[in-house]
Amino acid sequence: MENFLAQITTIEGFAFYLFSALTIVLFWITVMSKNVLYAMTALASGMVLISGFFFILGADFLGVVQLIVYVGAVMALYSFAMMFFDATRNIKENNTNSAIVFVLGGLSALALVLIFAAPIHNESIQALYPMHEGVGNAQDVGIILFTKYLIPFEVAAVMLLVAMIAGIILAGKKMDNSLTESMDEDVEDEIMKRKDLK
Amino acid sequence: MIGLTHYLIVSAILFSIGLVGVLRRRNLLMLFFATEVMLNAVNIAFAAISHYYNDLTGQMFAFFVIAIAASEVAVGLGILIVLYKKNGSIDLDDLVSMKG
Amino acid sequence: MENLIYIALFAPLVSSLFAGVFAMSPRATFVGVISSILLLVSFFASAQLAYFVYSTNAVIHTTMMPWIMAGDFFVEFGFVVDHISVTMMTVVTLVSTVVHIYSIGYMDHDKSFNRFFSYLSAFVFSMMVLVMSDNFLGLFIGWEGVGVCSWLLIGFWYHKPDVSRDENPSISPSWAANEAFIMNRVADLGMLIGIFILYWSVGSLKYDVVFATLPHLSETVLTTAALALFIGAMGKSAQFPLHTWLTDAMEGPTPVSALIHAATMVTAGVFLVIRANPLFAMTPEVSFFIAGLGTFVAFFAASMALVNRDLKRIIAFSTLSQLGYMFAAAGLGAYWIALFHLAAHAFFKALLFLGAGNVMHAMHDELDIFKMGGLKKYMRWTYIYMGVASLALAGIPVFAGFFSKDAIIETAFNEEAYVLWGMLVVTAGMTAFYSFRQVFLTFAGVPRYDTHHLHPHDMYRYVLIAMSPLALLAVFAGFFKEEFEAFVTHLLPSYHMSEHTHHLVGLLTVIVLGFAIGGIYLAYKKYYNGLKRDEKCENSFIYKLLVNQYYIPHFYEEFIAKPYTMISQKLWQEVDMKIVDAIVDAIAYFFYNSGDVTRRMQTGNLSHYLNWMAAGTAVLLLAAVLFA
Repeated sequence: MENFLAQITTIEGFAFYLFSALTIVLFWITVMSKNVLYAMTALASGMVLISGFFFILGADFLGVVQLIVYVGAVMALYSFAMMFFDATRNIKENNTNSAIVFVLGGLSALALVLIFAAPIHNESIQALYPMHEGVGNAQDVGIILFTKYLIPFEVAAVMLLVAMIAGIILAGKKMDNSLTESMDEDVEDEIMKRKDLK
Repeated sequence: MIGLTHYLIVSAILFSIGLVGVLRRRNLLMLFFATEVMLNAVNIAFAAISHYYNDLTGQMFAFFVIAIAASEVAVGLGILIVLYKKNGSIDLDDLVSMKG
Repeated sequence: MENLIYIALFAPLVSSLFAGVFAMSPRATFVGVISSILLLVSFFASAQLAYFVYSTNAVIHTTMMPWIMAGDFFVEFGFVVDHISVTMMTVVTLVSTVVHIYSIGYMDHDKSFNRFFSYLSAFVFSMMVLVMSDNFLGLFIGWEGVGVCSWLLIGFWYHKPDVSRDENPSISPSWAANEAFIMNRVADLGMLIGIFILYWSVGSLKYDVVFATLPHLSETVLTTAALALFIGAMGKSAQFPLHTWLTDAMEGPTPVSALIHAATMVTAGVFLVIRANPLFAMTPEVSFFIAGLGTFVAFFAASMALVNRDLKRIIAFSTLSQLGYMFAAAGLGAYWIALFHLAAHAFFKALLFLGAGNVMHAMHDELDIFKMGGLKKYMRWTYIYMGVASLALAGIPVFAGFFSKDAIIETAFNEEAYVLWGMLVVTAGMTAFYSFRQVFLTFAGVPRYDTHHLHPHDMYRYVLIAMSPLALLAVFAGFFKEEFEAFVTHLLPSYHMSEHTHHLVGLLTVIVLGFAIGGIYLAYKKYYNGLKRDEKCENSFIYKLLVNQYYIPHFYEEFIAKPYTMISQKLWQEVDMKIVDAIVDAIAYFFYNSGDVTRRMQTGNLSHYLNWMAAGTAVLLLAAVLFA
């Protein structure tokens, strides 16, 4: 208890406990809420708070990316998606038997906590890409990302591009009829139009 | 001082919350939310390990996790919309077509 | 010279493959002609090699390719052409060529004409591998190869149905083929064990290496190896108690009987003993056992031939008997005499069989000599050929058999094995009797067949001409005894009669001749003027015993085949169905049922799958906690 008090009185400790408590509550709401709007709002807030964790941990760049990508892009996508489905109405679903859920979830949580709470014995872990004192986190990340992780980075870029195109096509086309067929019709229409113009 | 263990435990708890969501929900959109929760929980663990071992690898991984999560959302939502157009529902109980 | 070796070896294989291509096509004479020409090529190559070895006394070794390389185990496809193998090669290819040409005429009306040539040539190839190999494993491959070809050829008319033993003692061609194959397999196990023992204690299978190492081996190893190898030889050469297959093998076409079951394959056992003579020379007990068994079989088989009525079976029994002579000679240490008798026997026995084939052809496959007679009018050349061959077989001077068989009998005397000598002399008399009983019953006297329906005629002229080399050799081969001895004793231990025997040679020859001529005279007296059946004699116990081959086939049937069938039935019903099958079925049912149960897991609902996945994760995590 004293230890806890000592920790909570530092800025870092206070921030950690605050963020922890808030994220847990917010994510719990996300998972349990019947209303999609509430759930999404809670998720967005939780993600903002997680970027807070990143800032505490000195991963400034990651925190910013988290804000931009998750809170900015992903959440925006979700809100657009939500517009397809009736968001104001409560979701009706047959939730899985809560006994199973809590037994499995609880067991996993317990096991994970036990694993992580155990002291890590191996002290010989060597930093593969150590951080540099006096250099900004963004700069450090950039150097590593564009040297050692260049190929994964490029692959990730291509993957994002593919995902973008896939998302556009899936969501943007009427899927009732074949893409190629409709294209043929379009082309025919175009030809007919040109003929008419002549 | 707050140690690595604290972060890992928070991460574990958040992950389990995500798991509970995955187990519990039948609505596909909510399932997506739950997976986001799990991914974020893992990201916290990566960032914490990166910080405490003074190693950038963890952040790199978190970075790629975010990239993957973003593309997953893009494709996943596209499929979700198509499914909705086709079936008028995104409830897993209504999408049973491969019963063995 | 290497090219000649490969030509001699592979010409029969090419012939077999060529004929095999046409196996399914209708009868085509050119297949037989080309096969015969290829065999002739092989014979010329062998003869040239023989001349080369004779003139230079060189031994040719050649290695075609490495064969098995597994750790320390190393065997090459190697061939050796020395005095022994070249003798065998010449004999085998000569007889084969004659038999091939003969078969063109004999198999004329058979619809599987082409297939027959394929098998026959394959046999010659296997036999060549057997005699030419320079190691025991190659010999074994040839050994099995001739076994397979023998099986194929005995069962050549596989479509004939099984009949009872009283009607036909060999039941059916396919039955006889299986009997031959299985009996040989039993013996081959012994041979394999012998080869294993040799490899185990020597570390190589090459003849040269093995024989050079023999003096360093213990007596027990030598004795077991020699005995095991001889068991293999007993099977192939149909020695007692594995002899019954040879007479049943007469179900095959007659050229096959001539080539395989008289002249070549059955002598493989004798060849093995001659080839491994250093081993047998070092194990006097085994050698004496071989001599004793050989003598016994010579007598035993001749006694059964005395009363048999089947033309081919009589010759088969005489083959058995002559093989016994060869083993007797080899067992007594006179290896070159055994080889000499082998070669001489190959010529006159093949001739005898081919003559029998002519008779069968004329009599429309009738084999009972009691239903023939008077054929000499219609089949003069066959009569002459068979008469010559029988004279050679009986050991009448001038003919080949006299020189070789007389030498064996002298050897027995020289070794002071007087019991063996006595039995061999008596056997010589019996041989003369049954050979001429058969000749006279077939050719002399009055016809006992249905003269209205059967109009016997001699074989085609070219067939008779093709047989002439054998006839010439049956007459003149004996004159080359001295040269032959000088030739093969370069490699084989020489054998000399003692002074004492030398003095008595004249007397011994007269005794043997007396028995032989006595036998012929008896046959002449009894059968030349037609068949007079003696009811009292035919009903006597000894006659019945001999006709039924000492009841040995019945004994095998009752005490081996039937109990074996019974045990197999029991094992099938009790062990196989109730234990083995039950276990296999239980495993299948387990998977089937478990699949049926777990099928319910696949509900098609993704949420359920996620639950299962989470359960699996939880279990793994718990395991990590508990066992970390």
